[in-house]
Amino acid sequence: MAEVSLQGEQRVFMTGNEVVAWAAIAAKVDIMYGYPITPQNEIMHYWTRLAPKYGKKFLQTEDEISAGFTTIGGVLSGRKAFTATAGPGNVLMQESANMAEMMRIPIVYVIQQRGGPSTATVIYSQQETTLTCFGGNGEGHRAVYSTANHQELFDYTIKAFNTAWTYRFPTFILGDGYQAKMREPLTIYDPEEKGMKLVAPEVILGDTTPGKKSVNIRNTYNTEEELYEVVMKLQKDWEAMAEKIVEWDARGCEDADFVIVSHGVVSRAALAAYDQLRAAGKKVGVFRPITIRPFPEMQLREAIKGAKKVLVAESSYGQLLKMVQNALYGETVELVPFLKPGVGITSEEIIEEYSKL
Amino acid sequence: MQDFKMNDSLAPAMPKSWKVETKPHKFCPGCGHGIILKCLGEVIDELGIQDQMVFGCDIGCSLLSWDFFNVDTVQTHHGRTNPVIIGMKRANPELIVVGYMGDGGGYAIGSQHLFNAACRNEKITVILCNNCNYGMTGGQMAPTTLPGMKTETSPYGRDPIETGYPTKGPEMVAAVAPEGAYVARGTTANVRQLKGFIKKALENQMAGNGISFVECLAGCPTNWRTNAKQTWEFIEKDQANAFKVGELRVPEVKEG
Repeated sequence: MAEVSLQGEQRVFMTGNEVVAWAAIAAKVDIMYGYPITPQNEIMHYWTRLAPKYGKKFLQTEDEISAGFTTIGGVLSGRKAFTATAGPGNVLMQESANMAEMMRIPIVYVIQQRGGPSTATVIYSQQETTLTCFGGNGEGHRAVYSTANHQELFDYTIKAFNTAWTYRFPTFILGDGYQAKMREPLTIYDPEEKGMKLVAPEVILGDTTPGKKSVNIRNTYNTEEELYEVVMKLQKDWEAMAEKIVEWDARGCEDADFVIVSHGVVSRAALAAYDQLRAAGKKVGVFRPITIRPFPEMQLREAIKGAKKVLVAESSYGQLLKMVQNALYGETVELVPFLKPGVGITSEEIIEEYSKL
Repeated sequence: MQDFKMNDSLAPAMPKSWKVETKPHKFCPGCGHGIILKCLGEVIDELGIQDQMVFGCDIGCSLLSWDFFNVDTVQTHHGRTNPVIIGMKRANPELIVVGYMGDGGGYAIGSQHLFNAACRNEKITVILCNNCNYGMTGGQMAPTTLPGMKTETSPYGRDPIETGYPTKGPEMVAAVAPEGAYVARGTTANVRQLKGFIKKALENQMAGNGISFVECLAGCPTNWRTNAKQTWEFIEKDQANAFKVGELRVPEVKEG
């Protein structure tokens, strides 16, 4: 097999985990910290194979708590750093994500969702949607990209580092076990060769310029009022980021009386159903949030304007539905949930749901 | 050099690396943290590493050191200081990193990090204040609470049958760390010796040898409910009897 390279554009056929490792190389990431958990392991496997060839580093830690906090350390010292996990590991990593929210640490997490709750399955689900958007004892001040295919895994992993280092909020790639393990064709590339800008990291702690002023940072505050100021500033900055980074995909919604809402890999089934139903002359639209945090609320309201029914399809029991309800508060359109926690959804099933209504 | 005379009275000598604006510090009267951090400050001055290092502090009373030094500092989560400074050191090996924590942070909630950092021989310096209880949260039983010692969660005295014996941190680190490790236990009752241990612990990191760990026996009169005399008796007798002071591991001298 020919050697894969980031020089020029190259058409490749890879698993999603391999794609993430290549994307991190393409994004000029310096170091990965990680702890094994299925189905993300091969991100570490490929990274550790690529790392010495590209002058990169890796540390396998004792658990996901440590993987999250060592990654924070790497970021604080001014390096592009990331970690990857799933399921119960994602639960443990929320502690570091919270510290990153409070202290504006541009850490990147790649989540390949597995079944839940608890250990559940190593296969697939979308049950880490709420956790990844709102995990921890804070307000969900973070960015979450929900990818649907391997090209997006590559493109958005690169983008995640730019978002993190531009806005200084923790940034997540939310994939799943299907995307992690399946092989797909995609084009990999060096973003800078294509004229894309990579946001350079900056030293947050450990600037060794002699005589420089020391930087002391904390996440503990003494009074309610002090904390209120801090959180409101976070909220304001997060909202300013939100309008700049929010992404969505809407098709056929202009004249649709039926709109299918889904995210991640389920949106591919929705798209296939949409194509078939449109070919049959049905007035159907699809809407997909690409950033699920921030959620494209205004865009969704716009998309469902003429619709009589909105089908919400997800591989979890109402995690996306709650976001949709929140976005559509006050609208009178009928919401039809299609909820299959921990189970994949096919285009046939969506068409069947459509036919029932 | 600083002025020793302030308002016609003798001001205490402060290490150059201390942040004057945040002094007097926020630790309770009689607390051991100030003594340990003074030793560390003097060592930073002597080694001239103020601009080359990052100081990480844990949660618990140790968090009050977040603005203690004119040194880049990160205050982390309870037990998570070791992974944060390990992450920094791994990403930028030029940095000299110091983790500062209490016995709860190092031996309970963060024990897996300390153990594995020792096994991996991480090139970091860890300074741990052992005052036999959780100070910040109001004096609960810690891994290091002595048998029979009364705390808020062992009000009738720690029963080793129910809750085990005090954790011996340096002994654990010394047992698992590969060659190159420096491990010592000092006491705030012997400042000259303690400062020497802390200095060696930093020099060992700078030489790139391995993990450097110093536990410091310290007083907590607020939660111990002891007066000055009782406090020092506890440190010098009870603590010193339970926890042997001295060096446990020093790196082999390389030949040539």
